[in-house]
Amino acid sequence: MEFGFAEQIGFRALSLLTFLPSLGALIMVLFMRGRPSAYKAAALVASLATFALSVFMLTAFDTSTAAFQFQENFVWIENFGINYRMGVDGISMLMVLLTTFLSVIAIIGSWNYVKDRELAFFASLLVLETGMIGVFTSMDLFLFYVFWEVQLIPMYFIIGIWGGARRIYAATKFFLYTFAGSVLMLVAMLAVVWWYGKESGALTFDILTLQNAGFPSDLQFWGFLAFFVAFAIKVPMFPVHTWLPDAHVEAPTAGSVILAGVLLKMGVYGMIRFCIGFFPEATVNAVPYVMVLSVIAIVYGAAVSLVQPDMKKLVAYSSVSHMGFVTAGLFTFNLQGIEGSVLQMVNHGILTGALFQMVGFFYERTHTREIKDYGGMARPLPIAAAFFSLFVLGSLGLPGLNGFVGEFLILIGLFQYMKVFAVVASLGIILGAAYLLWMYERTMFGELTNQKWLSLKDLNAREILTLAPLAAMSVVIGVWPGPFLEMLHAPSLEIIAKVEPFMAQKQSLVQMASAFLGGF
Amino acid sequence: MNYVLPLIPALPLVAFVVTLFLGKWWLKDSAHWIPIVAMAASFVLSVAAFLAIRGEEHAIVVELWRWIPVGDFQVPIAFQLDQLSAVMLLVVTGVGTLIFIYSKGYMHHDPGYYRFFAYLSLFAFSMLMLVLGSNYLLLYLGWELVGLCSYYLIGFYYHKPSAASAGKKAFLTNRVGDFGFGIGVMLIFVTFGTLDYIEVFEKVEHHVASEGVLLAIGLLLFLGAMGKSAQFPLHVWLPDAMEGPTPVSALIHAATMVTAGVYMVARSSVIFASAPTAMLVVGAVGAFTAIFAASIGLAQNDIKRVMAYSTVSQLGYMFMALGIGAWVAAIFHLVTHAFFKALLFLGSGSVIHSLSGEQDMRKMGGLAKKIPFTYWTLMAGALALSGIVPFAGFWSKDEILGMNFKGGGYVIWAVGLIAAFITAFYTFRLIFMTFWGESRMDPEVEKHVHESPWSMVVPLMVLGVLSVFGGFLGFPPENGVFHKFLEPVFHQANEILHVEHHYFGMLDFVLMVVSVVVALSGVFFAYLFYVKRPDELPQKAGAVSQPLYKAILNKWYIDEFYNATIIRLTVDGSRWLWRVVDAGVIDGAVNGVGRLWDIAGRVVSPFQTGRVQNYAVVMFIGLFVIVTAVIVF
Repeated sequence: MEFGFAEQIGFRALSLLTFLPSLGALIMVLFMRGRPSAYKAAALVASLATFALSVFMLTAFDTSTAAFQFQENFVWIENFGINYRMGVDGISMLMVLLTTFLSVIAIIGSWNYVKDRELAFFASLLVLETGMIGVFTSMDLFLFYVFWEVQLIPMYFIIGIWGGARRIYAATKFFLYTFAGSVLMLVAMLAVVWWYGKESGALTFDILTLQNAGFPSDLQFWGFLAFFVAFAIKVPMFPVHTWLPDAHVEAPTAGSVILAGVLLKMGVYGMIRFCIGFFPEATVNAVPYVMVLSVIAIVYGAAVSLVQPDMKKLVAYSSVSHMGFVTAGLFTFNLQGIEGSVLQMVNHGILTGALFQMVGFFYERTHTREIKDYGGMARPLPIAAAFFSLFVLGSLGLPGLNGFVGEFLILIGLFQYMKVFAVVASLGIILGAAYLLWMYERTMFGELTNQKWLSLKDLNAREILTLAPLAAMSVVIGVWPGPFLEMLHAPSLEIIAKVEPFMAQKQSLVQMASAFLGGF
Repeated sequence: MNYVLPLIPALPLVAFVVTLFLGKWWLKDSAHWIPIVAMAASFVLSVAAFLAIRGEEHAIVVELWRWIPVGDFQVPIAFQLDQLSAVMLLVVTGVGTLIFIYSKGYMHHDPGYYRFFAYLSLFAFSMLMLVLGSNYLLLYLGWELVGLCSYYLIGFYYHKPSAASAGKKAFLTNRVGDFGFGIGVMLIFVTFGTLDYIEVFEKVEHHVASEGVLLAIGLLLFLGAMGKSAQFPLHVWLPDAMEGPTPVSALIHAATMVTAGVYMVARSSVIFASAPTAMLVVGAVGAFTAIFAASIGLAQNDIKRVMAYSTVSQLGYMFMALGIGAWVAAIFHLVTHAFFKALLFLGSGSVIHSLSGEQDMRKMGGLAKKIPFTYWTLMAGALALSGIVPFAGFWSKDEILGMNFKGGGYVIWAVGLIAAFITAFYTFRLIFMTFWGESRMDPEVEKHVHESPWSMVVPLMVLGVLSVFGGFLGFPPENGVFHKFLEPVFHQANEILHVEHHYFGMLDFVLMVVSVVVALSGVFFAYLFYVKRPDELPQKAGAVSQPLYKAILNKWYIDEFYNATIIRLTVDGSRWLWRVVDAGVIDGAVNGVGRLWDIAGRVVSPFQTGRVQNYAVVMFIGLFVIVTAVIVF
């Protein structure tokens, strides 16, 4: 096996990475019951170790290939051709890094957040981390599905137990929405496996094998549709996004950070692996529809953000807009669009994660998220205001910060695909600046609306420690995105190679549409 | 140059970082030193760069690293030094250093002292990136960053709601312009496969793109320029930007940042020269803005707002120059304007400072004797702005008008001439209302009137000298030192336009006399109105032209128009999307599906009684139905 774990790094790095957080959770639950300082420290150590391991793996990572690396492959359920197979390419490696990074942040950020059943909370976060890493590292369809469902459960609990007033409604909505998608996905998975088994005479759940299966057109169509709906709900794309604002508003801070930071990306990741990977022909046929939905999401999400009275809901809707950029970029199928799209997932994870974290810090102080209750907060909270402004600026795509790099690459990609989409998406950028700056003005600037706020304490050392790495990453990716993009070159070329043969036939239709729109 | 060039922006960046992190706890009242020294050092390096590039035919390019490398989209962080960037460097660092020094005196009571210098340094860094960048994406980077600094500095007194909202307005208005700029950059990349200035211009010369595409690029870029340089109809943010401290108005909103649009068009001279229609638009927008903003300047009573509208108007002149292909004249006016407008702002600041913050000219008067240094330096600036020979503004403005006349742009020339009259009028209205006549000050304020400290007066004097003599850089007209220096930059564009060398002739002399007479008559009417008969004439004029006067006073209702249309539409439309579409239709459907299952559950659940007899009955019925069906069919 090329790029096996043994040659590359010497130990089962991916398995260790995946299960290390859960191991930490297990130790906490078994031995540290009733000792908050011990189990919190253990949670932190577990997440830090996982992050350190993922960074260490970078030293052995080969960016010149699109092949899956650190591979492990063991027979699991032989009769059905199910293997325990793991591996990462540049895209999934980056997603894993984002996951391990944000998990550390989420744990430090919610150090004093929950009062009730604290142990269970931190254990849930760690189990969730296992589920997320597993999703990004699985190379077996069955294994992927297991992890996909595994991460759903702790998230359901995090929202349902430690959430706000309407948490049950939100958690149920989140669960049912996602689960509806999952069921569709499961059916499609079985159809795909069954068809391949019938053709080749042997059942297999191996993703790489299935990617080269060359499914017939009608299976491509239905398979694409089922997978796409499942992942579109996760992203979430317009119009299946309405679970997101509710889930975010009710979720505890750490839940929102992880939800926006990582969980949404699993949707796009799934599209890359399965929609594009399994059904390139159907994908190409779907491009115009995906584009239209994405661009609607960009403008619609931004517009709805503009009028939100609740800060957290505002950030939630902004995610709809930003993820619209991500899906749009991916489906341009040119290098700039794809790499911009994946990089923008990382950027969105950092920036929106940071914004949710900050809203959480404000909420812990004021116990309100209504924008109108704030005002003039820069006076009592200057450090918080400074961080907040950095993340706001990153989000609205200020050059020099990370949001710009991804956004601009996506726009360049879109522009090459069809100019009109880039133009409309650019309108979304104007709106983006409007809702973010307006929120910032109403919360941080102006006269103090409530004299009580004068006695509020600015960020403490722990809170600064939570935000500083996010701020640093925002600047680093903003001025030197090269190393991150380098990881994406080979896998992106691979994606293009996959759809290219089908693009050629389709090109004429796109051009016709383009001509219809006056060449713009 | 490999080290000098990157250092020029790097020094203010370091000053920014140090001041931001150490200012509050450590530097405190001495927070000005690091930024001032960094800025002065950048100035020295800029002089070195200027000397190095003098007479060189090719630009010097220094690449630091690849910024965004994806496929054929390869954008480096690289600096390009040519004569144009050298001039801009000198203006930014030179005027910048003076204003930094001035700020030491002006801001010394302010609790946000360190914050102010940190922002100023960040601005200097951004502006230097803007003028030094070697490609359109770096221009965009600098462009957005100066916009950000402008946002911070306009909203420097963030606790004032008007300041905070002015900052936001500036940023958002600029974003509208940048919408065009951004798309323009994309179109450049898609058309030429590169964003590098030198490569793009070479490809334009080789007719890689059609004129239609070049026109589109030109207009899109110009939309950006209209935002940044406050041209109609995107000018609305600049007057409100006066909420910022006065040194900011001088540096950012007069001398440097707002001229970025002029720099951009001049930098892209090859593109514009290849798309004559775009040039026509540039010239027309410039001319209209020049007279439009000047008209508003007539009726303003806030000393800084007069200056703000004057800036908008003067920027219009620069675009008038670019529109006729008088590239050098545009940059020349940019430079002289930087001198005299910075001076006028700093002078106004000195007035405001000595009057404990009063900005309303109706509450001034008779200040000439009380603050003589300020008076005389401000007078030099006023003469330069009004275009009185031989002060700096005369030479550059006259060249713009003359080039338009000779280039066949008679309408634009005439408009410019009328605007020049208005300019002289409102400028001397300001001088007379502030310094001449009887005092109209609050007695309380009057007691405390004092000349400003040396750190404020010295920069005024330096700028005063430059405003008096700076114009000789461009003497003789169209063929001065300045023109010869900049020749290599605009060589390509001039070749495309087939520009022939003009020499100073009879026509030029006549045009000069005309514009001097116009300017002097402006001053004379101002004298008549505000010195001779101040109690009578202004009211009379206002009464005679009642509707016009009201429109001018209300800035032609442009803000009101935007509020009632675009802004209202966006906010109300968004609210509709949220309430009706999102919560009503989409989420309503989702919850409806949920409720459907709920109802289905309720309907079916009575059958789940738990009694075996009931199940047996149902089973029996089912069996009966099936058996019957099998028999029948």
